[in-house]
Amino acid sequence: MGVSSVSSVVDTLRLTAEEAAGLVERKEVTGAELHRAYLDAAAERDPELHCYLRLVDEPNGDGVPVALKDVISTHGIETTAGSKILAGYVPQFDSTVAARCKAAGLPIIGKTNTDEFAMGSSTENSAYGPTRNPWDPERVPGGSGGGSAAAVSAGLAPWALGSDTGGSIKQPSALCGNVGLRPTYGTVSRYGIVAFASSLDQVGPVAKNVRDCALLYSLIAGRDERDSTTVELPEPVRLPEGEDLSGLRIGVPKELNEAEGIEPGVTTAVQNAIELARSLGAEVGECELPRSVEYGLACYYLIAPAEASSNLARYDGVRYGLRVDGESYREMVERTRDVGFGDEPKRRIMLGTYALSAGYFDAFYGQAQKVRTVIAREHAAAFERFDVLVSPTSPTVAFKLGEKAANPLAMYLSDLLTIPSCMAGLPGLNVPCGLSEGLPVGLQLIGPQFSENTLFRTGHALEQAIGFDPVPERLR
Amino acid sequence: MTWQPVVGLEIHVQLKTRTKMFCRCANGFGGGENTQTCPVCLALPGALPVPNRIALEWTLKLGLALGCEIPKRAVFARKNYFYPDSPKGYQISQYDLPSCVNGRMLVPSSAGDHEVGIVRAHLEEDAAKTVHVGGRTGRIGGAEHSLVDFNRVGTPLVEIVTGPDIHSSEDARRFLQLLRQTIVELGISDAEMEKGTLRVDANVSVRPAGSAELRTRCELKNMNSFRFVAQGIDAEVARQIAVYEAGGEVVQETYDFDASSGALTARRSKEEADDYRYFPEPDLVPVEPPAELVERLRGELPELPSVRIRRLERELDLDRALVLVTGGLDRLYEATVAAGAEPLPVANLIANRLATSAGDAVDASQLALLVGARDRIPRAVLDDALSHIDEPGFEAAPYLAQEAVSDTGELEPVIARIIDANPGQVAAYRGGKEGLLGFFVGQVLKETGGKANARVVSELVRERLGA
Ligand SMILES: [Zn+2]
Repeated sequence: MGVSSVSSVVDTLRLTAEEAAGLVERKEVTGAELHRAYLDAAAERDPELHCYLRLVDEPNGDGVPVALKDVISTHGIETTAGSKILAGYVPQFDSTVAARCKAAGLPIIGKTNTDEFAMGSSTENSAYGPTRNPWDPERVPGGSGGGSAAAVSAGLAPWALGSDTGGSIKQPSALCGNVGLRPTYGTVSRYGIVAFASSLDQVGPVAKNVRDCALLYSLIAGRDERDSTTVELPEPVRLPEGEDLSGLRIGVPKELNEAEGIEPGVTTAVQNAIELARSLGAEVGECELPRSVEYGLACYYLIAPAEASSNLARYDGVRYGLRVDGESYREMVERTRDVGFGDEPKRRIMLGTYALSAGYFDAFYGQAQKVRTVIAREHAAAFERFDVLVSPTSPTVAFKLGEKAANPLAMYLSDLLTIPSCMAGLPGLNVPCGLSEGLPVGLQLIGPQFSENTLFRTGHALEQAIGFDPVPERLR
Repeated sequence: MTWQPVVGLEIHVQLKTRTKMFCRCANGFGGGENTQTCPVCLALPGALPVPNRIALEWTLKLGLALGCEIPKRAVFARKNYFYPDSPKGYQISQYDLPSCVNGRMLVPSSAGDHEVGIVRAHLEEDAAKTVHVGGRTGRIGGAEHSLVDFNRVGTPLVEIVTGPDIHSSEDARRFLQLLRQTIVELGISDAEMEKGTLRVDANVSVRPAGSAELRTRCELKNMNSFRFVAQGIDAEVARQIAVYEAGGEVVQETYDFDASSGALTARRSKEEADDYRYFPEPDLVPVEPPAELVERLRGELPELPSVRIRRLERELDLDRALVLVTGGLDRLYEATVAAGAEPLPVANLIANRLATSAGDAVDASQLALLVGARDRIPRAVLDDALSHIDEPGFEAAPYLAQEAVSDTGELEPVIARIIDANPGQVAAYRGGKEGLLGFFVGQVLKETGGKANARVVSELVRERLGA
């Protein structure tokens, strides 16, 4: 069978992972042919988009290939977390999520681009150059997991894994028009994930639709004895089917939907989605998360950098990765870190070191942890009345490359709406809900801990009703 | 003015768990450099710590033996610092919420029990071993290069902190002996200073006798035996007294004590103050030991050394009781006495003649037989028996069979021969030099190849010469 006949069966732009699995199961294509089809697509489109930092030519399984964000350790495959300081570092072990993908027969097709150490909201902070948005290459795909999101949207991978600390799965999915889940903290192992902020980091799936997203989540979730913060899922993952939302109580948090900086086109698309939900039988009501939104971002920018400053201390040039020699141990470490880290990790290491310093700890890190508890309580109170909360995922559609690069604070605001629920350890699902100015708008669905099945059910029903076409217009 | 030393100790104990604290690498000696390592203890990106359950239990056990309270919740924290012995750039330790707090240890002394407060005992991980090559000082500054062996990194380490309750080097030594014995008997560590499985730092200050103030203290490090700890404390106390008496002020400093020269060398002050930026370790959940576990561990505690010293002291004396208990020999002593031997001779024989290590291997009933026969069998035979007593299946019977010759019929001809051969000494003895009795007894013992019963010989000689 020649490549051309495979391509006629496999339209990587449209094919869902579930459909691809069906093709393999019915022996209409082999796993190797499938893998090849995505490599061909990458050969065609990735020179422009730069979703991948590296591709894997030989599949190591005959299931549906999966792309992994480059913070996910892969045995024998270089893993850099988008940083120069890890250039040439080849893990001698698989992260638990990589091992679970392999065990499920999913070959790894490549490692996707990311902001350095997952620090950013546009993938422009990658030391290896930015990724571009498949809907408009002049625009960013969001971040930090822009590579994974753009790869799925551009048909360069059927599905992918990202990692989310304050929005790094949900926000790029919103900007690229696909479905991304940030799972409940503790349901997916962090073992082998290059750490950014340990109490927030969480791996999750990015896919073309909600069913694929749920399927991939079911393969990676569950207790891992190598990560003592993980738990077993209280109930198995259910692939969503119906379109009925009767009985579902949807809350619309005022502050998340009326925040300053939300574009009118975004608001319109989200409101349409909320109306659709009502027409599908959901009860919709307003609610409030005043302190979560007012203080969430500030707290996040104390806690995440504090943990990052400690997590990034291991990159000292002693054992692996980059080493820049010096006259003394101290000088070697300083030079290595100066050359190896980009501006954003340096900025966060400095912020975090300051926040943890003696005399400042209580006022900064300690206080932020207290506010975090307040945020969690505020959400818990909302979930006494509602099953799901909705808002825009990102205040804006994809912005232009360079537009916010010089203004870290403006960049940080991209995560304003995703951060509060991350701080509370809650799951969040991005579902595309329409276009604004020809670019995808994402709907954020937030649920209480372990409510992934509810989010999938809600997301799936809305997805069917909205009928969003996930293939970027310029690639159709 | 008289000065009172004020000493607090910080003791690090390496636990002899089968695996390391946060990974499942083998713990302990063996293997070449950097062979007992894995992604976790090498701090490869993404590797995560998983606590060793046994190490947590052993820490609680030690805390309970030290009379500590076990808080419902302990939290691991990160202690951040850059050094090549710390691959993560931080050490996982416990900070404001340790596993064990507020205990005390009673140290028996001739003046009654002396109480040393245990401020806390917490669990942490050991650092890697570094060797700095080419520098003058053996330190990293100025070294040409440094070598790191990560086999040791991640070894479970319990840090015990005492209150400033110790007031002499002798008390410090006695406390450490008792603490060590307690640890060894719990079976959680070999606690050997020479091997570094037990390490002691001392915080030393002095104050005018009778005052309750706490003056500036200095820290002593690098002492690798209890004797050196005592010597170091004495040296530092003398130094501080001299400083105060010369009108000076003691400056807070860390010293290395060199036992061979008795010198205290100040470590070069760091360029900046330590700020370890502690914060709760987000990769680990808090440790919340269930009450049932704590009670089970409490129930498993053996009778503590200080209690046993007090008990033995009633039939012996404090010094003998201390030697037996801190030598790990008191159980053998008690079993031997229980088997029918007299206490004091048993205590002396065990304390003077048996190696500490022999204690567990000796069959008390056989030892009791030897102690009972100690005056009847030749000295050489007793020595021989004691040198084999810790061998498996040792029987006293063959040695007891070699009873000394006490038969007068056998001894009298020998005595007669000796007396005849030494007329001069006989005359002198009879002239009042009674000290010569020993000479005659010695000659008889020599003649009989050590087999004669000295007591019987001496009686017979006295009888003959008195006639
Ligand atoms: Zn290890």
